[in-house]
Amino acid sequence: MLLQQVVNGLTLGAVYTLIALSFSLVMGILSILNLAIGELFMLGGFVGFSVIAAKFPLPVALLAGMGAGALTAVVIGKIGCEPLRNAPPIAPLLSTLGFSIILQNVVTNVWGSDPLQLPSEMFDERLTLGSLTIGVMQIAIIGITIVLVGVLAWLVQSTSAGRALRAVAENRDVARLLGVSAGRMMMYAFAISGALAGAAGVLISLHYAAITPYVGVDTGLKAVAVMVIGGTTNVWGALLAGPLIGIAEVLTVAYGGSQMRDFVVYGLMILILLLRPQGLLGGARSDLGQRV
Amino acid sequence: MSAPSPDTLLRLDGVSRRFGGVRALSDISMTVERGRIVGVIGPNGAGKTTLFNLITGAYRADAGAIVFDDHDVTAWPAHRIIRAGLARTFQNIRLFAGMTVWEHLLVTQRPGGHVLRGLVPLGWSNPAVTARAEHVLKFFGLEAYRNVLARTLPYGIQRKVDMARALASGPKLLLLDEPVAGMNHDEAEDLRKLLLRLNEEGLSILLIEHDMAFVMNLCHELYVLDFGVRIAAGDPAAIRRDPVVLDAYLGSEAC
Amino acid sequence: MSTYYAGLLADIGILTLGALSVFVILATNQLSLGNAGFMAIGSYLSSFLTVEMQWPLTGAIVVAALAASITGIVVGFPALRLKGIYLAIATLGFGEMVRSFFLVFTPMGGAGGYHGMHHVALGTIWIWTAGILLAILLLERSHVWLQMRAVHEDETAAGLVGLNTTLIKVGAFGLGAAIAAVAGALFAHHHVYIEPGNFGFERSIDFVLAVILGGSTVGIGSLAGAAVLVLLPEWLRFIADWRLAAFGALLIIVLLTRRQGLLDRPLLARLTFRSARA
Repeated sequence: MLLQQVVNGLTLGAVYTLIALSFSLVMGILSILNLAIGELFMLGGFVGFSVIAAKFPLPVALLAGMGAGALTAVVIGKIGCEPLRNAPPIAPLLSTLGFSIILQNVVTNVWGSDPLQLPSEMFDERLTLGSLTIGVMQIAIIGITIVLVGVLAWLVQSTSAGRALRAVAENRDVARLLGVSAGRMMMYAFAISGALAGAAGVLISLHYAAITPYVGVDTGLKAVAVMVIGGTTNVWGALLAGPLIGIAEVLTVAYGGSQMRDFVVYGLMILILLLRPQGLLGGARSDLGQRV
Repeated sequence: MSAPSPDTLLRLDGVSRRFGGVRALSDISMTVERGRIVGVIGPNGAGKTTLFNLITGAYRADAGAIVFDDHDVTAWPAHRIIRAGLARTFQNIRLFAGMTVWEHLLVTQRPGGHVLRGLVPLGWSNPAVTARAEHVLKFFGLEAYRNVLARTLPYGIQRKVDMARALASGPKLLLLDEPVAGMNHDEAEDLRKLLLRLNEEGLSILLIEHDMAFVMNLCHELYVLDFGVRIAAGDPAAIRRDPVVLDAYLGSEAC
Repeated sequence: MSTYYAGLLADIGILTLGALSVFVILATNQLSLGNAGFMAIGSYLSSFLTVEMQWPLTGAIVVAALAASITGIVVGFPALRLKGIYLAIATLGFGEMVRSFFLVFTPMGGAGGYHGMHHVALGTIWIWTAGILLAILLLERSHVWLQMRAVHEDETAAGLVGLNTTLIKVGAFGLGAAIAAVAGALFAHHHVYIEPGNFGFERSIDFVLAVILGGSTVGIGSLAGAAVLVLLPEWLRFIADWRLAAFGALLIIVLLTRRQGLLDRPLLARLTFRSARA
């Protein structure tokens, strides 16, 4: 039974990891908290749903969700964040808030405010290992997450675009002097973070077998907690914190009731902010100074 | 080291401060007598600004004691030390960009009496505060800039406002951090006269400076720092001839 | 007055208070995204006092505000260690924690909500709103407000010229929490039914929206923003379903073109023919 919960937690955790990476990318490279990511995540879910409802296979839905996320994120970055890059960080934060409000309104009007169910045949296949029953979908979610994280790692470490991103993260002015276009890097970072959020949206719809317009605030916002707990200054903190929080949340629901879950997740976040603000994998406390 | 006397406004006893592995200040002892103008000089990196930061409570000393106006302020938080009668200017000025000159002259003052006085509109219950701000405004000739936002002030006026802000609180001791940096001869001379006038009215002054001529013509006594250590102290004439001091300056220039 | 207009005015009053709660904290350069949490405390505690303990509303509001104020101070201290976005994130977490606390707190109804309050008159709502608004307008002319503005401009320099930044920042949280609690108490007795969902992130955002749109540098901006947020949808009926998107767009436009919001000091000075002063 416990093991079952752990698997459920890992599945949820995989989704958290992707969204937290999405937050972390923009936060780490641009020092912007993009509050619209929760709604990009939701948008991805709805786009993916529509693709599946139109009888296309899952990979197409995934790509569609990622594409929608990336495209919308770039629009947000271009219109709402780039013009504010020299303003205090609160300004782009509020700007992304504005976009998140718009996104949620648009989605509710286009798709309605009721949850949309995915076709149930998708979730019938299960694997049994002893007392454990794992849905094939759960494996798919975790597997897809691992692949996406791997691709992200490759992008950031091995490609010139990735190196440029890291340069901008280190020191924006120096990067510009070296010929890196900070504006273009901003768009790359937004696009990648949007794609990750969109992918997470498709995956969460698979996890719950349904999608609702409120998943952005319900689940997406909690990914901020995951990012903080993992360590905002270390993008890979999300890899550790995602599964951790996913499992913590699932166990809370199983043994404490579903009303407690937000309390536990945000409680852990506040604890970390008070005791170890750089997060579990974050660097020295002094790093925080640069990010704000 | 002079013995503590009722005329001593500020006294440092064996004050030290390190940052990581670097000893910024080692065993510094000095006094500022009431009504005197004291200068702290020394090559770059000697620890002069650190000294200021220790005195004003921005940093805490690792060792030693700081006594201001007969209070042991070594462990006091910055705002408490300043409330006790200290004021400082800043090397990089640090005005409040979105506030007017007039507001600068109000904010450092303490609305006297009951705590609630501070919550009531200034016009009603604090005529002393506005009166003093008027006085300081006129003293520095800033009437034309009364309602101008700090961020739009010309540099020279900003420096005046920085000093006016410090003086508005009615301090006993004024700390000046490189007050004539970047000034031409006439401006420095104006400032010298201003400081002498303030000193005549009873203000004690402690300043950090590089400009030798300015310091020699103004200070009653000097302390010389090098590498965080006090290497000389005395009246300007003696300091000027002191071989240890010359060596420290020439030595650093030769590097 | 018809119930319809009375409802609108009540909403404006309550939202004004909510916006003011964000405003006073923002005045010290701290963005709080969790003031709905303080509002919840005000709602639930005042309702408990009037319904279970038969207290008069005024007393209940005062006690609820005090309790929230203490919570605000408790929140304000650790908040000192966090800056900018991290502070905003922490307040967000706080708001969510309060909401989920009331979700599980079955003595006050839990997820099912709480009811039984007596309906409060529109006049009472506006006595509180006008009273607190007036107090803030007076406070803006005080020495304490100058200190708060100095902390907003440059916290380090403020400390170095003798201001007790700890007291100012924590005090702002205490005051903001109290005002949010009053909003909550009035909300509870206006709607006579409350549930944890009323006090979520969206509510905190409403408050922030009102301040940013109406004017984040002057107290009267909170009233302007609240009025805009409540009345504009009524006047723009044709976009009813897209009302929220319109506000999101408005927020973005304001941030891009006039970051201080609708009303600011120079504009107010011009409107009142006074020379610009604090």
